[in-house]
Formats: sequence, structure tokens, C-alpha cells
Amino acid sequence: MLDADAQKPPRGKWSTPPFDPRFPNQNQTRNCYQNFLDYHRCVKTMNRRGKSTQPCEYYFRVYRSLCPVSWVQRWNEQIREGTFAGKI
Amino acid sequence: MAYPTQMGFQDAASPIMEELLYFHDHTLMIVFMISSLVLYTISLMLTTSLTHTNTMNAQEVETVWTILPAIILILIALPSLRILYMMDEINNPSLTIKTMGHQWYWTYEYTDYENMTFDSYMTSTNDLTPGELRLLEVDNRMILPTELPIRVLVSSEDVLHSWTVPSLGLKTDAIPGRLNQTTLMASRPGLYYGQCSEICGANHSFMPIVLELIPLKYFEKWLLTML
Repeated sequence: MLDADAQKPPRGKWSTPPFDPRFPNQNQTRNCYQNFLDYHRCVKTMNRRGKSTQPCEYYFRVYRSLCPVSWVQRWNEQIREGTFAGKI
Repeated sequence: MAYPTQMGFQDAASPIMEELLYFHDHTLMIVFMISSLVLYTISLMLTTSLTHTNTMNAQEVETVWTILPAIILILIALPSLRILYMMDEINNPSLTIKTMGHQWYWTYEYTDYENMTFDSYMTSTNDLTPGELRLLEVDNRMILPTELPIRVLVSSEDVLHSWTVPSLGLKTDAIPGRLNQTTLMASRPGLYYGQCSEICGANHSFMPIVLELIPLKYFEKWLLTML
């Protein structure tokens, strides 16, 4: 589930992440990181409540579009090893 | 692309670059006028045998040569700020592409739909076919659709680089750990060349950028062949 290659986006109308007014400037690092965190937090919460993780797919698609592949792979590796620095 | 004995900018391929060209023409004209006026004045001063030794005050000319430069500076600042804000307009991109700088090549990631990534190395001079441009051609060009705003996110996997395409008016630093966003909008199809613009080691001059802009329906066909 954490492997970026194994996660395929759901079919449907997806173009590209829209403008996010929380990150209006040139530096989009936080935009990518925040959506990555939000996806994992959403999945964890939905799983804990026993609900479907389908609403979390939005965050997944945004971080996949914005975040460099190597960053995602590194973070997923850290999550697997338990060394990821962010709070999920 | 750049050509030998080039004196000015490359032809604009995006609306922003067109505006920059006009602004540059406007500002350079002011610079030339001031420089010729000054040169002419100096030449007059150096070629006269008349003298004047009792100037006490010059209120009127002092006022003029204070107000006039202030007006000229405003005439430069207003178009400059207009373009600056135009570059920052919020647009709705249709596509997001990541450009990762490496020593010494670029990687392009198209991950809106599937995970598509490819490297772009410079074609070495020995491998060029006749008609190709030395130190500018690459094996895999970055292929994009025309007339659509495209979000380009630039970063680096090792040292500082800079992703540049002069004919589109783009230059964005590639900084490891940071994701810099720029918007690309090409008005016409064609090949657009650029070169890495931040010193990054031995082959800094040998990691060019080539954009191949094609109409949307051909871009979609190309995407299908790549996925």
C-alpha cells in the first residue's frame, strides 16, 4: 500500500492539482509534503474508524503529481522502517 | 535557439517573453537616448574655447534635471511592475511536470496519470547527425502540448542547477530539497533550447534542455505510446 508503484490512481476525471491558495508562491515544497502527510493521516484515520479510504485519494493524486518520485520513495521507505520524521 | 553573432534575445515563444521583449526595447531606447545626450554634452564641453567663471546658482536647471530623471524612472518602473505581476497571475495549469537536475543531465517526470519518468542526456558531438546543433541536442526531449498553461516544478537530486528556456522567458533554479514552481505557456509549436544556468561541476555546459512543443492531440498520442 505504501509503494508508489503499486498505488494506481482511481479512474475518473483528473487533470492536475488545482491552484492551492495555502501555497501561492514559487516554493511548492510544503504543498507536496503537506498532501503526502494528509494522505497518510487520512488513511490512518479512516482505517481506524473502519471507513473506506476513497476520500483520501484526492491527497494521493495531488502528492503524486507534485512530489518528485525519489522523494516519495524515500519517505515511503522511512515510513516502512519507522524513521519518517513527520507526524502521521 | 541561439545563433552565431546574435545581438538580441531569441524570438519569443510565449506571451510573457513577448512582453519582456517590448519592455527591453522600451528601456534600452531610454538608455540610448540618455547615453547619447551625455556623450554629446561631453563632446561639447571638450571642444569649446568659451569660459564662464562666475556661476552662482542654477535653480531652474537643477529642478529640471531632478524632476525629469524621476519621471523617466517611473516610466521604466510601471511597465516593469506590470510584467512582474503578470508573471505571478494565478492560472489553472492543465498539466504538471517535474524537472529534476542531476550531475549532469535532467530527468522529466510526468506523474499526473501514470508514473512516467525519463532522462535527458546531451547528445555528444560525435553522435550528432548533420544539421543538429552542437552541445544543444539531447537524446530525449521534453515533449509538451502548445497553448496550455503547464506547471513545471524544478528541483535537484544533488547540487544546484538552473532550468532555463530563454525563448519562453524561463529560468528557475533547481535546489536540492526545494520544489520551485514556474508556469510554461508556449504560443506556437517548435523546438526550444536552453542550457543549465547554475555552475554544477565539470559538465555544467553539457546538460542542455530541449522542449518539443506539439499540438495537444499529438501530445496525447505520444503519451499513450510512452505509458
